[in-house]
Amino acid sequence: MSPRRTDTGGRIDRLKTIRFTFDGAPYTGHAGDTLASALLAKGVTLYGRSFKYHRPRGLLTAGVEEPNALVTVLKGEVREPNIPATMVEIHDGLVAISQNRFPSLAWDINAVNQLGGKILSAGFYYKTFMGPVFGPLKGTRFWMFCEHFIRRAAGLGSAGSAKDPARYERMNAFCDVLVVGSGPAGLMAAKAAADQGARVMLADLEPRFGGSANWSDETIDGAPAADWARRIVAQLAGRDNVRLLPRTTVWGYYDNNTLAALERVSDHKEQPGKGEPRHRYWATRAKSVVLATGAFERPLVFPGNDRPGVMLAHAAERYANEFGVLPGERIALFTNNDSAYRAAVALKKAGAAVVAIADVRPELSPEMRRLAAEAEAEIFAGHAVVATEGGKALSGLKLQRFDMTNGALIGDARSIHADCLLMSGGWSPTIHLASQAGAKAEWNAARQAFLPPKPTQQWIGAGAFTGSFSTLEALAEGRAAGLAAAGGQSTPSVLPVVEAVPGDPDPAPVFEIRAKGKSFVDFQHDVTAEDVRLAHREGFVSVEHLKRYTTLGMATDQGKSSNVPGLAIMAEALGKPIPEVGTTRFRPPFAPVSIGSLAAERFGDLKPERLTPMHDWHLANGATMYSAGLWYRPMIYGHAGETVEQAYVREAKATRESAGIVDVSTLGKIAVQGPDAALFLDRVYTNMFSTLAVGKARYGLMLREDGLAFDDGTTWRLGEQDFLMTTTTANAGKVMQHLEYFLDVIWPELKVQVTSVTDEWAGAAIGGPKARQILATCVTGTAVDNATLPFMGIVRGEIAGAPVMICRLSFSGEMAFEIYSGAGHGTHVWEALVEAGKPFGLVTYGLEALGTMRIEKGHVTGAEIDGRTTARDLHLDWMLSKKKPFIGSAMMDREGLIASDRLELVGLIALDNRPLNGGAHIVEEVDEANPHGSIGHITACCYSPALGKHIALALVKGGKARQGTRAHVSDPLRNRFGPVEIVSNHFFDPDGSRMHG
Amino acid sequence: MLITCPYCGPRDVIEFTYQGDGNRERPDPASQNFEAWNAYVYDRLNPAGDHNEIWQHSGGCRTHLRVVRNTLTHEISSVAFMRGDHGRGDHGSAARRKAEDKS
Ligand SMILES: [Zn+2]
Repeated sequence: MSPRRTDTGGRIDRLKTIRFTFDGAPYTGHAGDTLASALLAKGVTLYGRSFKYHRPRGLLTAGVEEPNALVTVLKGEVREPNIPATMVEIHDGLVAISQNRFPSLAWDINAVNQLGGKILSAGFYYKTFMGPVFGPLKGTRFWMFCEHFIRRAAGLGSAGSAKDPARYERMNAFCDVLVVGSGPAGLMAAKAAADQGARVMLADLEPRFGGSANWSDETIDGAPAADWARRIVAQLAGRDNVRLLPRTTVWGYYDNNTLAALERVSDHKEQPGKGEPRHRYWATRAKSVVLATGAFERPLVFPGNDRPGVMLAHAAERYANEFGVLPGERIALFTNNDSAYRAAVALKKAGAAVVAIADVRPELSPEMRRLAAEAEAEIFAGHAVVATEGGKALSGLKLQRFDMTNGALIGDARSIHADCLLMSGGWSPTIHLASQAGAKAEWNAARQAFLPPKPTQQWIGAGAFTGSFSTLEALAEGRAAGLAAAGGQSTPSVLPVVEAVPGDPDPAPVFEIRAKGKSFVDFQHDVTAEDVRLAHREGFVSVEHLKRYTTLGMATDQGKSSNVPGLAIMAEALGKPIPEVGTTRFRPPFAPVSIGSLAAERFGDLKPERLTPMHDWHLANGATMYSAGLWYRPMIYGHAGETVEQAYVREAKATRESAGIVDVSTLGKIAVQGPDAALFLDRVYTNMFSTLAVGKARYGLMLREDGLAFDDGTTWRLGEQDFLMTTTTANAGKVMQHLEYFLDVIWPELKVQVTSVTDEWAGAAIGGPKARQILATCVTGTAVDNATLPFMGIVRGEIAGAPVMICRLSFSGEMAFEIYSGAGHGTHVWEALVEAGKPFGLVTYGLEALGTMRIEKGHVTGAEIDGRTTARDLHLDWMLSKKKPFIGSAMMDREGLIASDRLELVGLIALDNRPLNGGAHIVEEVDEANPHGSIGHITACCYSPALGKHIALALVKGGKARQGTRAHVSDPLRNRFGPVEIVSNHFFDPDGSRMHG
Repeated sequence: MLITCPYCGPRDVIEFTYQGDGNRERPDPASQNFEAWNAYVYDRLNPAGDHNEIWQHSGGCRTHLRVVRNTLTHEISSVAFMRGDHGRGDHGSAARRKAEDKS
């Protein structure tokens, strides 16, 4: 006998057949089925192997809390692991596979782990693999040896490595009332709020709105509850002020009533509709939230409670009533509360035989006896299930008399033949979002459950969420919550009439039956009741420690079903009441969230790109572009057949022999203006700017408040109160923020305005022995001779009719000029310069040649100003003015910052004539087998055409004193070892005769 | 978290940059009092409750704001310009004009 589809009943469409595969075998189901209900209808009882012991596992639940039946869904090359089969809607072409089994689900090698249960108990990993090596089979090295095998055996599904082609969306939404959960409480709340004219959003993680109304046998206003729900949903759908979000899991509750939700837009379709994303991430700001998230039924903890065929009572009720599937033919129930009797009646009605109801309570109410009679079930009051039998499906169970006052088992066990056992250990309100919103849950002894805390944000609870488990209460609380959330006044009106089976909402305080055998608390992580007690014996008394040690509640289901039973067992071991043990705080996400939805559009081609005004010209003229932050810059202008190195060597060489031109538009540019601008710059830079003459530029260095180097660049004085500051490309934003901070916060009395003008100017730097001659042929309106334009001088003129500003400064070490024009004139001016340079052999050069020439000159950039170096380390102490305080001056002379063994900037020459690598370590003695003794590292390297050698800049301990000595590079990652000579960072033209001309 | 910028209105925290503890006092620039400088550069208050903080509306009008935020609840009880009315000068009116243009 096995599970089967009923002939009638359920909210599936038996006329629509859907074909899918599971573990390679073809199956059919009906529209409205989940993967779980469709497979169960075909008699499938085995869905996965457990995490640690590889025990066979079946369906425990019918919803999002499912811990056992996790599957991987394959779409093309893309695999999505760890999805509960209960949450997968079937569609034609669906391909799903089971997980954590090797080589196959039915025959699993690792199931032998069950026999070694003692070895794999709580803390096994910590005890065996952490700490020093005591013997051959212990410690961290042993872990390294075993890791491969354990990771293979103990895992959930594996993620794929194929690129996910699906599209994801992010939406920002605003509403007056967000209703989470669409059961009777949520529907009433949404309707009441919408009737008040509020903008309402209603989200439910299931595809069908209605919650328990979809599977309860109750009637509302004379109609089946499901029909009532459908009617309310239709009313809501017709309203402009309501947005319905099915398949939408609200997974995070953040500050200011901001909630995060994941809408699974097209997972249930063979192909997404036109323009549809796969998932949509909703970031919603709600003025008010109604939490109508219901409750989760709890398992009971007893030996063999994890055998396939053991299921939560309401889940079976749901399979029968909502999906028309009987989970078994001969059904037994085991409960500590009244709600399971409803399931017994439902399954009897659907066509199953209910053979026994074991209830831990010795006394049962007449109503429950009547329901049991209606189900034609034999009652075993004061009994408990002490064992289950069967392999991949249940074949029977054992009952024994049970005293719930002391947990004792009395007399002999008796066997019951059954193919399905339903259990109910009471209900835990789904308070996750309320807990995330900031307050502590409160234990309610009557309900034996944590109830939602007092709101610390704008939310109102309704229905089972608040511990009110009857539909009538849900309707009343839902309406009140909807009204209050919409700011409406409660008016006396008649509630819908509910016809439901009676029941006491309070369970007996029984969580565990202690008998011989493995009793599971956390099904997904294979944590047993004995593991919890073991953790206690080993001294773990805090619930947070217990959780980490046993991994209870830390699997993908986050202990939705195991949390309270785990606490109860811990409390018993500690001899404390449950509220004193406390509960762990729930954290987002409520259920797993696709990473794609969080990134949404923010990846790949949609990241902003910053292009210089001359970008198209570079592309058209053979540049290979290079991304530097958001900017794109030419790396080389390669000729056919050239390597990158050949290209930059040619470009750098040509620049030093005749002239080269490079796009420097990306440099940060900040206009610093106002009566106090010069004073401000004196405070910001380490050197003086108030003494700078109008029409001149000066190289400046900034420190941070802590005295470390921050950024460098030239600043041009265009007028008495008008400066143009340049920054490095990478730090432009940071420097701007730094200046704004000091003006707004520290020196509000200064009359200075700073404006970012990076994008307003196009910049070209032209350098080399022939640079001045080239300028002379194309610049009008000013002379460019040494008298008119001395080193660091600024002139204004025109190039090809466009106004330009020219400053004579040099980064390459050559006689060089920076030419700034309006961004719109950038390409025009650039082309005119290139044209004028042709007779002189002018080359365009890119970042590689720029870097090469700056290394030859020993100039520093971000690789050396790395947030750890001081001005002294970089030999820039000549720039530290003694005449004035500046940002960083008070902190820069601290002991540690002036120590003699600091990393200092040096030059390196490879003595073996082989290329050096950035990041390679410098050592005094090479030890290839056991690299150690680093005295520094390489920050930048190149082949220097000027020197004909492989050179590098490096930061080396006490570097200055080591100049003229030898050391070695030690780069085990790239297997590069070899001797170097430590020299001054000024490799080329150290006295600057070339740039001064 | 929402911060209500006096120019721009209520905006998501994503538009703002945290610029540190607003209780710090920068010593006189010429001061060599190392203890005071050390406290200014490295010491931060970390109260459980209301905290004076500096936030820059970096994705908006770029002014620096003095924000009093409860570190337990993220409740913001006041927001003001760091510059205040004194010394704001043209900067303030220019930014306000910009804000008005937008609305
Ligand atoms: Zn603003």
